[in-house]
Amino acid sequence: MLHAFDTVIVGSGGSGLYAALEAGRQSRTAVLSKLYPIRSHTGAAQGGISAALGNVEEDRPEWHAFDTVKGGDYLVDQQAARTMAEEAIQAVYDLEHWGLPFNRTADGRIDQRRFGGHTRNFGEAPVRRACYAADRTGHMILQTLYQQCIKNQVAFFDEFQVIDLILDQNQCSGVVAVELATGAIHSFAAKAVLFATGGFGRLFKVTSNAHANTGDGPAICARRGIPLEDMEFYQFHPTGIKGLGILISEAVRGEGGILRNRSGERFMERYSPNLVDLAPRDIVARSIMTELRAGNGIRGDRRIDDYVHLDATHLGAETLRTKLPDITSFCRTYLGIDPALAPIPVLPTAHYAMGGIPTDIHGRVLGDARGTVVDGLYAVGECACVSVHGANRLGTNSLLDLVVFGRRAGRHIAAYVKDAPPPRLGADAAAQASAWIARLTDGKPGPHGGHLADRMQTLMMQQVGIYRNAAAMRQALEGLRELHGRYRDVRVQDRSRAFNTDLLELIELGNLLDLSLITASAALTREESRGAHSREDFPDRDDVNWLKHSLAYLEQEQVRMDAKPVDVSVWEPKPRTY
Amino acid sequence: MQVTLKIRRYNPETDDQPYYQDYLVEVDPNERLLDALMEVKRFQDGSLAFRKSCAHGVCGSDAMRINGRDGLACKTLIKDVATEDKATVVLEPLRHLPVQRDLIVDQSEFFRKYREVKPFLIADAPPAAGEFIQSQEQRLRFDDATNCILCASCYSACPMFDEHPEFLGPAALVQAFRFLADSRDRGLDQRLPVLDRPDGVWRCQNHFQCTLACPRSILITKRINETKRMVQKRRDEQGEPTHPNE
Repeated sequence: MLHAFDTVIVGSGGSGLYAALEAGRQSRTAVLSKLYPIRSHTGAAQGGISAALGNVEEDRPEWHAFDTVKGGDYLVDQQAARTMAEEAIQAVYDLEHWGLPFNRTADGRIDQRRFGGHTRNFGEAPVRRACYAADRTGHMILQTLYQQCIKNQVAFFDEFQVIDLILDQNQCSGVVAVELATGAIHSFAAKAVLFATGGFGRLFKVTSNAHANTGDGPAICARRGIPLEDMEFYQFHPTGIKGLGILISEAVRGEGGILRNRSGERFMERYSPNLVDLAPRDIVARSIMTELRAGNGIRGDRRIDDYVHLDATHLGAETLRTKLPDITSFCRTYLGIDPALAPIPVLPTAHYAMGGIPTDIHGRVLGDARGTVVDGLYAVGECACVSVHGANRLGTNSLLDLVVFGRRAGRHIAAYVKDAPPPRLGADAAAQASAWIARLTDGKPGPHGGHLADRMQTLMMQQVGIYRNAAAMRQALEGLRELHGRYRDVRVQDRSRAFNTDLLELIELGNLLDLSLITASAALTREESRGAHSREDFPDRDDVNWLKHSLAYLEQEQVRMDAKPVDVSVWEPKPRTY
Repeated sequence: MQVTLKIRRYNPETDDQPYYQDYLVEVDPNERLLDALMEVKRFQDGSLAFRKSCAHGVCGSDAMRINGRDGLACKTLIKDVATEDKATVVLEPLRHLPVQRDLIVDQSEFFRKYREVKPFLIADAPPAAGEFIQSQEQRLRFDDATNCILCASCYSACPMFDEHPEFLGPAALVQAFRFLADSRDRGLDQRLPVLDRPDGVWRCQNHFQCTLACPRSILITKRINETKRMVQKRRDEQGEPTHPNE
């Protein structure tokens, strides 16, 4: 089936919905989402959205931008970070005007709290910058944007899984999707396509991410020859529920929660004398792993599934009730404990991709190291790399990224499609996508995907996780290539067309396998430690050789690495201490 | 431990009637029911169809009937529904919505009714600079209603749909309340026609099944009653009767 729109938006989380609102005002816009839109993973974000409103203490966008750059270990493009910090303020007010129910100060303004790495006056001390709605800020943003989409009658195609991009000589002209309800293949011709497909935490065994977070947008782009940027930088959030990986918001520490080892020691004092428990996530996650390796975990057996305690018992029932209610509920449901009475057993959990589809600050996709714009193709949110998060994202900056750059991309698209040429789809536009599905469903015997997914997630978790070294990653790459080979033989067990979730999961597995190769290759290539990328064999940051963004091209099953410069036009890179 | 998942299955392409199929799975009692379903899907039977996403009770994808009660598979632990080894857990699709396949139901009607209540802030022009001022007390008045994840557990649990399929339903009414009780909202008059009718707010007869089912602990019945009072008050101010009957 063929559809034609001016604008097609793939993904209905925060950035996709915001872009749809903006683009939809002036162009015929469709949102394609593999879930019902309100189920997107933006809704799982908890702690807050940062903006230097200064509602509870002095704050400035300049400080916010600097913290973002330093938090990202100077791999952030600095003008982009400034843009984000400056536009944060109006973005938060706009959300409030649309009804977002922020917690309030005593004088009825938006309340703000502390978060990791956010400081006043270029690192002096923590600052209250995170605007929040209890510990459901992402849920509220998703709801608010979806409500506005209903009000503005945005057109949705629910449960349509996009599987290919129509790209010809640097001109994007649409996408190909499978409709879950029928199994039918649909081609969408469009002058502009925006990928807002979110993250890919399902690369790893233990993750805070939804099952749906399989990196569909980046994988599709990579297969179509677009490089992916900074894919070696993957954030592990320090505090996931032990075993399950369910996120326990940094807001617990923002409100005063303390990480403790088996002797009850507040060990972050040794690693970050200034910010202590509110150091950036890469530092806290590494500190926890170091404690476990030293036998200071709660069991003390030095095993990788040992854990530490997040102590919120001193915060009081009232703070937990009004500011951290979902966390309290998660602890009761999944651990059977009340965080007011008992510490929470936590371990780092795979959480956020700093890297992704390279874009400029308008969301336009950049197709090479020279910054050539791919006409009509946009990306925004976690699947994109602007880059405002560099080597390590600060908490609350992801929700901010969604709304600031979602809006910017939507506005740019609205202007672009006015003069853009009408899309031309060749008769064979859906050929490659159809061939993929035909192979998966051709009825030949073949292995199912379950074991492949399991093996990939284990390899990535154990060998391309928080601490990395060349030997382990080479071994992982070998394993991942073997899984790629086996994927060619995989077949569905479900032979129906309608609601064939088996087929969609195999497509998602294909996407994850491609991204695992790229991530592991990029990580092996970067011979330094920076932000979330920690090489045991190269423990120091190396600005002389590695102050640059990586670009990874997927060529068959090989990954070719290239690089491009970082914008360091505002602040000179310095050693990063907290 | 081992549990048997007894799952109601239906594939419109091949089945005349729904039927039950048993799957024996090895599980940890502290795991989620969704983990057990994933175990089946990944390693036993790829054709089993259900929705899922966040896996920790915030996205609303995996609402289903679990041993006859509505809830989320990812917010239900095995030990909550299977107390002994080899216990059987019965899984069925939500009620009151058409089954599309296995545990997947068509939620279009549910979302159509949600849209009917104008689920967005209807406010005066925003301040030129800064935010609307709202006290924390005013904000807490509609707090629990903002927790709704539109999972449709309440829609399945409500007994009124058995006789009155056109009822707006608990979730839509909670969404109406969420805005009506917001000090920034001015939308009561715009929402009155859809609320003040027999299949609007008045259809609720306080069975409390929605409140019991809600995985987000929203006091749904209470919020519906508060909405009834707002509608009543507005009609009183207008000097008009309410419209509870056909």
